Amino acid sequence: MRPPVIFQTTPFFSSSGDRRLNTLAKHFLQTESENNRNMSTSPTSSHGDSVFAHLVLAPEDPILGVTLAYNKDPSPVKLNLGVGAYRTEEGKPLVLNVVRRVEQELVSNPARNKEYLPITGVADFNKLSAQLIFGADSPAIQESRVTTVQCLSGTGSLRVGGEFLAKHYHQRNIYLPKPTWGNHPKVFTLAGLTVQTYRYYAPATRGLDFQGLMEDLGAAPSGSVILLHACAHNPTGVDPTAEQWEEIRKLIRSKALLPFFDSAYQGFASGSLDKDAQPVRSFVADGGELLVAQSYAKNMGLYGERVGALSIVCKSADVASKVESQLKLVIRPMYSNPPIHGATIVAAVLKDSDLFNEWTIELKEMADRIISMRQQLFDALHARGTPGDWSHIIKQIGMFTFTGLNSEQVSFMTREYHIYMTSDGRISMAGLSSKTVPHLADAIHAAVTKAV
Amino acid sequence: MAVRNSLSGQLLRRSSVVAGARFMSSWFRSIEPAPKDPILGVTEAFLADQSPNKVNVGVGAYRDDNGKPVVLECVREAERRIAGSQFMEYLPIGGSIKMVEESLKLAYGENSEFIKDKRIGAVQALSGTGACRLFAAFQHRFHPNSQIYIPVPTWANHHNIWRDAGVPMKTFRYYHPETRGLDFSGLMEDIKNAPDGSFFLLHACAHNPTGVDPSEEQWREISSLIKIKGHFPFFDMAYQGFASGDPERDAKAIRIFLEDGHLIGLAQSYAKNMGLYGQRVGCLSVLCEDEKQAVAVKSQLQLLARPMYSNPPVHGALIVSTVLGDPELKNLWLKEVKVMADRIIGMRATLRENLEKLGSPLPWQHITNQIGMFCYSGLTPEQVDRMTNEFHIYMTRNGRISMAGLNTGNVGYVANAIHEVTKSA
Repeated sequence: MRPPVIFQTTPFFSSSGDRRLNTLAKHFLQTESENNRNMSTSPTSSHGDSVFAHLVLAPEDPILGVTLAYNKDPSPVKLNLGVGAYRTEEGKPLVLNVVRRVEQELVSNPARNKEYLPITGVADFNKLSAQLIFGADSPAIQESRVTTVQCLSGTGSLRVGGEFLAKHYHQRNIYLPKPTWGNHPKVFTLAGLTVQTYRYYAPATRGLDFQGLMEDLGAAPSGSVILLHACAHNPTGVDPTAEQWEEIRKLIRSKALLPFFDSAYQGFASGSLDKDAQPVRSFVADGGELLVAQSYAKNMGLYGERVGALSIVCKSADVASKVESQLKLVIRPMYSNPPIHGATIVAAVLKDSDLFNEWTIELKEMADRIISMRQQLFDALHARGTPGDWSHIIKQIGMFTFTGLNSEQVSFMTREYHIYMTSDGRISMAGLSSKTVPHLADAIHAAVTKAV
Repeated sequence: MAVRNSLSGQLLRRSSVVAGARFMSSWFRSIEPAPKDPILGVTEAFLADQSPNKVNVGVGAYRDDNGKPVVLECVREAERRIAGSQFMEYLPIGGSIKMVEESLKLAYGENSEFIKDKRIGAVQALSGTGACRLFAAFQHRFHPNSQIYIPVPTWANHHNIWRDAGVPMKTFRYYHPETRGLDFSGLMEDIKNAPDGSFFLLHACAHNPTGVDPSEEQWREISSLIKIKGHFPFFDMAYQGFASGDPERDAKAIRIFLEDGHLIGLAQSYAKNMGLYGQRVGCLSVLCEDEKQAVAVKSQLQLLARPMYSNPPVHGALIVSTVLGDPELKNLWLKEVKVMADRIIGMRATLRENLEKLGSPLPWQHITNQIGMFCYSGLTPEQVDRMTNEFHIYMTRNGRISMAGLNTGNVGYVANAIHEVTKSA
């Protein structure tokens, strides 16, 4: 996966280059023969060339690049349906009331300092995060079989978990659903694992390819790691039903596969924290081991603060404590210890029952607004008589809808209607409002009916 | 049943298909408990100690004369301005552009031609650790056969960082135990003997853990030799402003290298000099031949950051850009960083005076010759253990003392303890 190494001989014509050449020349005159020998053997030192001269410009991140393109567009009707960041009905980003309240408390409290956190992060935050995902009464927690470490949002939790597995787990294969969040394969590959896939999305039904999923998981070598989206699958919005989850769980346990959950939308999918955690909890209930990466980016609106947690449920408290000690060895050479601000806010919200309750209300409002956008878009397409079955828009769940549009249709919508989305046809429902739904519906209608 | 029978013998013992996973043993049961981090483990032990006399001179976090952590006034003011007014949207992968701009000005010079010519590829990083790790990963990707030369000794985590990035390490001589100063001739010899085009890790100022820095003249010679050899100089600058009290002065080594035409790499941290430890704010920069290359380098650094943490945390970056971007706040910061540096310089003098007054038979000039947060005391691991066990003084076993942990209230006690464990040495 490494880019080709291209050694360029960069012409040295810039004035600063000439200055450097002159400086270097002084040394050449002193030790000419030695330098001639050195110059020919070293690929990096000739004439002060940069050792990174062979680098090529990397492509923009496909997801984050959408926002960059959107920002450049001067059109007044432009719409950003790219990155999954919540927007209000007015199209504005949202900081939750509970977050603002905690922020004020923090800034006006002179007793707060900025000391290094422990490598594993804020202890309260870790405890409360585990309770949030596993349930406060979870036997795994009661038995001290869970280790939780604060990480940099979902991405950081996945990366730390991946590197831990690459170092300590006997199996290198991790199976990702097809499709999955664009960053998953890169995270796990750089962590040192080998990425495989399992069937997930059925384009024909715009739903779950359950049979394909079961077949592929059934064929995976024993012990393989299986990445599962805990709820609100990204990018498709297609989740297994409760019955299907049960089948998946039984198969995974029977094949001794290791589940790694990515939970980026707890509370955001159905509006209920407990409901969205059900699949994870059912896996814990059977007594088996698993990993979970949690993110507070969306459900607490803390995107840029990078707040998340990695939990590993182990068979025994003894193993959990050894695992924790090894997780620290992964974290220390990556960034030493995690950032304080976001985790302190989360801990304060989770700990206080008033703040917690208020949070659940704000969370449900966000989830409900998205559900209503789904309905509005579906109705708008229906009203326009747009060809095709668009019921998947209301069947899918969470922040994203996998429209089923292809990349030509997406380009068309961007060009003609200034609608920005990822080329796989994924739209962030959170970016829609009642005012902008008609514009999107027009664009989809045009894209689908025009001969592309 | 068939599924179970088809598994290997080991798995056969482990699984019970029908109930699920209840009777399986752990996948992780063979994991060994990891050793405690040698630096951060010291503070843990300190916190657990009940003694009223305990002193923590372990981790390098500044303390005021009352032994309390400090949040700078300029930082508090910046936070007041930020709170309630900012959305918490994702930063770009490369972080806060404003913070990076200010960081480059601080390191390369306010009017640096390299900044004007846009020749620096730079991204916000997770403090110094994150900047080093990102560079190590970058080095591994684009120079997969290279190694990194690190000084002996160096910050313990440097080893872990380059190791986990897959870059083998070699060492160069640095500290001279006999003089408790710089082994300059050893250093120069090792630079000369390294294959051309090697990567060298240099501490820009206030070397950690020894506090021993090359003089300006020595830096010039190091720069010339590195130039001849075509080595790549990577600077870790965690203490700009904190060493002498003057950020411009502390950047001298870097400026010398820049004048000499080196294309450097640089890790900057705001943990100590702005007291932002837990916020994890830093900057990684690579000086390139031209703007096009700088853009390419930045884009490649982003490709490495995205699968590590996607984008860096916003809060700390906002604090830094607010402080450095406002002339009044920046002046306040310069004053406050000088206060911290001066207190430490004062503690060095006091500790040395006390030891000499106690009639210690050993030489202690190195305490005031060394610079920055740390003093390499020369204590042996056994002597360090005595310091901890008999006197409840916590430090790392290499004899490194964090001067910031000393204050007028405890310096006498610590001097006495050092004297006790060394007087028969």
